[in-house]
Formats: sequence, structure tokens, C-alpha cells
Amino acid sequence: MTPLLFVGMIGALVALTLYFFATKAPILPPLISEHGQLIDDQIYLTLIITGAIFAIAQLGLAFLVYKYRHREGAKATYLLGSHKLEYTWSAATLVLFVGLNLMGQKVWAEMHLNEHPKPAIEVEVTGLQFKWYIRYPGKDGVFGRRDVNMINDAEGNFLGLDKTDPKGADDIVMGSLTVPVGVPVVMKIGSRDVIHNFGVRELRVKQDAVPGLAVYIPFKATQTGSYEVACMELCGYGHYQMRSQLNVVTMAEYTKFLADNAP
Amino acid sequence: MSAESAAEHVHVHEPPSSFIRRWIFSTDHKVVGIQYWILALVAAFVGMWLSVVFRLHLANEGTIAQLNNQLSALAPDSAQAQALTEQIKALQAKWFVLTPEKYLSYLTMHGTILVFMVLTTAPMGGFGNYFLPIQIGALDMAFPRLNMLSIWLTILSFITLMAAFFVPGGPPNSGWTGYPPLSAIPAAQGKGYEGPGGYGQDLWVLSIAIFCFASLVGAINFIVTTLDLRTKGMTMLRMPLTCWAWFVTAILSLLSFAVLLVAGLLLLLDRNAGTSFFIPGDLFFNKPLVDHRGGSPILFQHLFWFFGHPEVYIAIVPGMGLVSHLLSTFARKPVFGYAAMVFAIFGIGIVGFFVWGHHMFQSGMSPYVAVAFSVMTMVVGVPSAIKTFNWLGTLWGGNIRFTSPMLYALGFVSLFVTGGIGGIFLGQNAVDIYFHDTYFVVGHFHLIMGVAAIFAMFAGTAFWFPKMFGRMMNEPLGKIHFWITFAGVNVIFITMHLMGLEGHPRRYSGFNYDFLSSNYMVTCHKIVTHTAILTATTQLLLLVNIVYSLFAGPKATDNPWEATSLEWAIPSPPPFENFKGGHVPEVHHGPYEFSVPGAAKDYIMQQEPPEARPATAPSAH
Ligand code: HEM
Ligand SMILES: [Cu+2]
Ligand SMILES: [Cu+2]
Repeated sequence: MTPLLFVGMIGALVALTLYFFATKAPILPPLISEHGQLIDDQIYLTLIITGAIFAIAQLGLAFLVYKYRHREGAKATYLLGSHKLEYTWSAATLVLFVGLNLMGQKVWAEMHLNEHPKPAIEVEVTGLQFKWYIRYPGKDGVFGRRDVNMINDAEGNFLGLDKTDPKGADDIVMGSLTVPVGVPVVMKIGSRDVIHNFGVRELRVKQDAVPGLAVYIPFKATQTGSYEVACMELCGYGHYQMRSQLNVVTMAEYTKFLADNAP
Repeated sequence: MSAESAAEHVHVHEPPSSFIRRWIFSTDHKVVGIQYWILALVAAFVGMWLSVVFRLHLANEGTIAQLNNQLSALAPDSAQAQALTEQIKALQAKWFVLTPEKYLSYLTMHGTILVFMVLTTAPMGGFGNYFLPIQIGALDMAFPRLNMLSIWLTILSFITLMAAFFVPGGPPNSGWTGYPPLSAIPAAQGKGYEGPGGYGQDLWVLSIAIFCFASLVGAINFIVTTLDLRTKGMTMLRMPLTCWAWFVTAILSLLSFAVLLVAGLLLLLDRNAGTSFFIPGDLFFNKPLVDHRGGSPILFQHLFWFFGHPEVYIAIVPGMGLVSHLLSTFARKPVFGYAAMVFAIFGIGIVGFFVWGHHMFQSGMSPYVAVAFSVMTMVVGVPSAIKTFNWLGTLWGGNIRFTSPMLYALGFVSLFVTGGIGGIFLGQNAVDIYFHDTYFVVGHFHLIMGVAAIFAMFAGTAFWFPKMFGRMMNEPLGKIHFWITFAGVNVIFITMHLMGLEGHPRRYSGFNYDFLSSNYMVTCHKIVTHTAILTATTQLLLLVNIVYSLFAGPKATDNPWEATSLEWAIPSPPPFENFKGGHVPEVHHGPYEFSVPGAAKDYIMQQEPPEARPATAPSAH
């Protein structure tokens, strides 16, 4: 009775898990970035490999439990192990795991190690409890000075822009991120208080916004539309409502957006 | 000391006559072990019911979000809309609706209680304390007074943590990882956490610092005991795998808790003494924060995870040892690849110290280092795979007896596999870009660290209960408990993996996003909550079983499971001095001599005379 139940339970576990992953996994949220394809490929490859490992290991366990259940008069074999099997198995998993990992390094290099594409649109993303502010450098292409002592939330100067710096005179600050489709963008991500994380599911981008540190993340959007930006690192009680938007628009719309919002 | 000299010279202490010295402030390792075990049991129930409350909150919020979606499609003053509004109001008035602050407080306490007070106490301080000395043939731990110190410091640490519920503002809301600046600056946690309200976080840090100290003391005791107090014939390679696991765990504790202790003390200084180890300059909380500059939030993460990753092994390695022991005992077969198992435990222990950065791929640390951490993480998967392979090898050709400890052990293997699969995703730096801080991570670490380790504790309880208390536990009750719990945790945590596949962020108390208030996500949340309630309630069966068996269970014989290690060679429960009159037997056999060809019965106990093993049988250790 018990071994049969065990087989049934494991069988159900494997069947249901594979079914849900096979039917749910192809609907990772729609992909809208160029580098994201590499991430998705890696996720699907890992899903297939681990799916096989999962099924083989679980069903193997169920099979052994059933096959070697206690029966009248049965006797266990005195078996101490096998060095040869042990080495083979270790080498095989080592090659598989490390090999799989190395396949994923291309996209990592593209995002973090290689020089970022130039020219690119540069935007500054700043997290604060519990909002995101996005700054564009304006016509001159240069960001103006920021000073924590000049922050004034009541007057809307959330980033502490130095009004006396001419370079900052044309800077644009928005509550959401608007970028043109098909053009490289580099975000400079930071925070003015605690650690946040700028995450957009569809973009396959997720990066901590750390106070005192600037991290640069490149991407190229491939599809117009509006997408939700979520904070992905616990930042306090309002963490769950630290929501913003990513608008991917055509180049013409982007030019108009900059002109409309220029100070 | 050899067995003969022990027998001649040891003067066995009488048990203390005062009740307090015998049962409360006791130096007897068996009493200390049971105290740890009770602490873990109490903490597990507190932590588990906290999670039921915030799960109720989440399912309810999900329903509210769904209703709000429907509402926005209706004309504002239609009768239908009014009915919906009423319904939403009723839901918002439920007793388990939490403010965002309280949600995070409960979450923080749930994680902290379970990781420290449960996963780090029972497997090692509980079962290890009770059975390490007996299994290696010692009369007590090497330093009985330090042992008493470590349990009472741990209890003090638990009380300190619980006190956070009763200070103004309540427990901290910075998560069990307590990253600064959120944890370092009272104003960051919101109104009510400044001034006296911030004491919750201070108590949290203090509690962990005390816990670290207790663990360090305990670790030294375990290491010395294992190295110095083995009886004659108990070579290192004749130790049961449980002892190896406790030994390696003690080394991990020694090296990692020391670092967490430092991180905690520095955080305490940053909060209360104006230092800036983890707080950078130019921060703004309502006003510029002028008195802090020069610190690094990422430094804290390095210190925390230098402890944190080995900590997951501290939680699971004793379980691995016990499960190897049980599979062998109940399959009536030697452990497959005993030496490989020992190597794998050491491999996990050593390589496990070089992978902590996989918790920090998206933290802003050097992306070059991330590549190295990622490769090392995949390497640590290999000893884990060896263990799984050897567990299956142990079952191969066996004669399996389906007792409840065996079922829990088999459940452990299955959970370890399922949970380990998630690690292959998260360990890849590129894939982690998508999965970091989603419910996928929550599903993964609950299965492999949380639930697997808890199943090992169930197994340990069912297996050793007869020895500790002299009575058998109820088998049918244990089996029902196993089936429901095993099915329940799989439903809960695999569903969480699916939510993570859709990108659901962790540590969210509400549904302020379109993709979170979708019917799919809310349905997942409801499935998780309902199954969690069922599974949590099922744990009462365990409690009933323990209490019932304590008083009315059938009397246990010395060796009810026909096992081989030394604890089964002494009465159930053991006398005060473990081995009658302090006469520790000499050990003549390896720990897993089951079904030796030509032997009189299908197990040879370790202390049986050499002749018990036929000379013709293939040699083991
Ligand atoms: C095959 C071996 C394993 C691999 C490759 C692996 C990998 C990972 C990775 C990369 C993360 C971080 C994910 C992120 O936050 O983005 C993680 C999280 C976690 N893992 Fe594992 N892991 C393995 C085994 C274990 C074991 C054995 C345990 C426990 C006994 C464990 C417990 C945890 C915990 C508690 C977290 C959550 C940390 C948090 O709060 O974010 N893992 N795992
Ligand atoms: Cu945030
Ligand atoms: Cu880790």
C-alpha cells in the first residue's frame, strides 16, 4: 500500500509539474529587448535540461522504492558502492552544469563587461521611497550638477538639481521612462535613500539601485508599447507600490516628447 | 582515552539531585538536546502561523484587486457597482488585513524565526547534542558547561527576538536579510520606527548577535567532542554519517557565524553610535542625512552572504547525514559510497564558502566577480548531485521497510531534487537577471532549505523518539501527517515557482500592478494560501502524535528499528551516564553493516564482537 501510494504521489508530482511548466513557460511575459532573446534562450535550455533531470531523478526514486519494497523472504544485496560510477557521474554533472553556465556568459558580457554601444541615449534613473525619477540630459547632452542639500520635495526638486548650473538648465525630469524603439539606451541607475531595484519584466532588465553607486545598464527596445516598472528590492513599507512605467515609442514621438517636456 | 581505561578510571557522576540542575540548567547533553528540540518546535509553530496570517492577507488582497478590476468596468452608480463596493469594504475589514508595515514585520519575523531558531537549532543543537556523544561512545560533550551556556544563550536570543513584537513600532520590516541602509537608518522604515519605534530592529540585531555567540560556543564543543571523545575502535571512518554531518556543520558554523557576528555588531554601531560602516554619504530621508558618509551597503551584503550561503548548508547538512543513515537502516543495506558521501559533505562545505556572491548578481558588485561566483555555484552542484546519486544507489537492491521515519527521509530526497532544480536556474548569473527576487527564489529556497530540512527533522523525531522518551510514536498518524504535508508543500512551493516564471516580485504586500492583479496570479495566490492553511493545520497532527505518544505510546525496546549505531545498544531512554556504569563498549564494525552475507541476522551492531561478521564476507571499512 505505502509503496504504491508513494509511486502515485511522485507520478502526480512529475506529471503535474511538467504539464504546468510546459504550458506556462512559453508565456514568460512578452519580450521587448534585443539582449532578452539570449536570456530567454538560456532559460528555455535550462528548463529542458532540468525538466529531464527532474523527471529522471523523481521517477527513478519512485521506481526503486517500488521495486525494492519489503517482501516476504526478500534479502537486500550487500553493495558498498562503485568508484567508477561515482567518478563518471561527478564528471558528467560537472561538465553539464559548468557548460550550461558558460553558455549564458555572452549576454552577461554584453550587459556588464563589454563596452556599451555608442552613440546611445543616456538617461539617469533614480529610486527613492517610493517613486522613480528619470532624468534626460536635454539638448546639450550633459547632465547638470546634483546636490543632496538642494533636494526639496515640496517644490518638486526630488533629485536636488542645482539650478545655478547652466548644464542642468535643459535637463528634463519625469516620473516614467520614455525611450525610442530600436535605439541603444544606457541607464545610469542610482538611489537617493535605500536600495531599490529597477526591474522591467518584458525588458529582461533588473538592477539594484544602490545609494552612493552608479550602475550602467544598456538595452535596446524592440517593440513599442507601455510596460510596468517594478521595484524588485525590498525598500520599506511602500515597496509594493513603487510602480512606474516604461513607454517605448517611435523616434518621432520621442523627439516630440523631449520637445514637449523641455523646461 | 581507551575503553578499558575509561571503564577502570572514570568515576561516573550521580545525576544532580536538584530538579533545576537536573532538568532546567542542566549540563547533561541529553537534556540540552531536548531543550533545543523543544525550542525549535515552539519557534516553528510561531513562525508557521505568522506565515498563515500574511498568506490570508495576500489572498484577500488578491480578491480585492480582482473585484476592483471588475468594478472599473462598470458604470459607477449602477446597482452592481454598489454591491461590489460593499463586498470590497467587507473584505477590507477582515481581521487578517495588515498594513504594509505589519505585513513586512511579520514576513521578517517569519524568516528570522525559521532560519535561525528552527533550521539552525533542532538539526544540530537538538539531535546532534543528544546523539553525537552516544553514537561515538562518549559520556557527554567535551564541555558540558559550555553546552549549557549555548542553549541558554539561544533561548535568550529567542526571547530577545520575540520582544520585538512588544516594543513601539513592533518588529523591523527590513526582511530576514536586513540590508542597510533600510535596516541602519530608523527613518527609512517609516513613521513609528524613529525614536523608540526603532527598537524592534535593534532587538533583531541583538538577538542575532547573541545567537551567533551561542552557535560559536556550540560549534567548538561539537568539533572537540568529535575529535577527542570517540571510544576505542570508533575510527573517524567508522562514524555514522550523522556524526560526519554534525562535524562538518560545526566547522561551517565556526567559520560563518563569526562573520555574521561582526556584521551585526557593525550594524548596531551604525544605528546607535553614529558610525558609517554601511551608510554612504549624500542620503536623503525627509532631510539630508548629514552625519553619515563613507560606508558601503554592498559591504554588508558580502558579510551577510559570506555567512548566509554556508548557513543554508548548516541547515541542510545534518539532514543529509540523517537521511543517508535512515535510507541505509530501512533499506537494510550499507550506504552506497560511504567514502564518497564523506567527500561530498566536505566538498559542499568547502566550495560552499566560495559561492556567496550568487545572492548578489544584481547588487551592483563587480560583474567580473559575478562570473566567478556563478561558475563556483555550478561546481557546488556536483557534490549535491553525488549525494542524490548515492541515495538512489542505497535504495538499489534494498529490502525497504516503510516506517514513518523512512517516509520522511524519502520525502527529503524528493524535495531536495525539486528544490535543487531551481538552483540550476538561479546559479546562472544571466538567468538570474530574470528570476532574481521573484517568487521563483522563494519557491526554490523553501523547498531545498526550508522544507527539506524540516522533513529531516520530522524523520529525526520519528526515528529517535523511542530512544529519547522510551515510547514509540504512532505510525498511522505519522504516515497521514507525511502524505498531507508532502503533497501540500509541493503544491505551495511549485506554484510559487510558476508565479516567479511570470515575474512576480517577492516581499510585496499588495497588488498595485496590472500583471499582479491578473486572474492567473490571484488564482495562484489563492491556491498557495488555501494549501498553506491545510498544511499548517496538519502540523497539529504531529503535535498530537508527540503528546499522545509521550504518555500512551507503546513502550520501546532498546533497538526497535534493528539499527546498528551505539545509541541502540543502550536502554530507551538512556541512563544519566549513557552507558551503564560508564562502561563504553569497544567498537568493532562499521556503521552500516546491513545484510552482510553469511551473518546470523540482517544487521551487525557496531559494538558486537568481531566474530559477528563472517570472515568470508566482503570487507567494508
Ligand atoms: C544546487 C545547489 C544550489 C544552487 C545552485 C543555489 C542557488 C541559489 C541562488 C543563486 C540564489 C539567489 C537567487 C537570487 O536571489 O537571485 C539562491 C537563493 C537561496 N537559496 Fe539556493 N542554491 C542551491 C542550494 C541551496 C541549498 C542547499 C539551500 C538551503 C539549504 C539553499 C537556500 C537558499 C536560500 C535561503 C535562498 C534565498 C536567499 C534570499 O533571501 O534571497 N540553496 N540559491
Ligand atoms: Cu523601492
Ligand atoms: Cu547561496
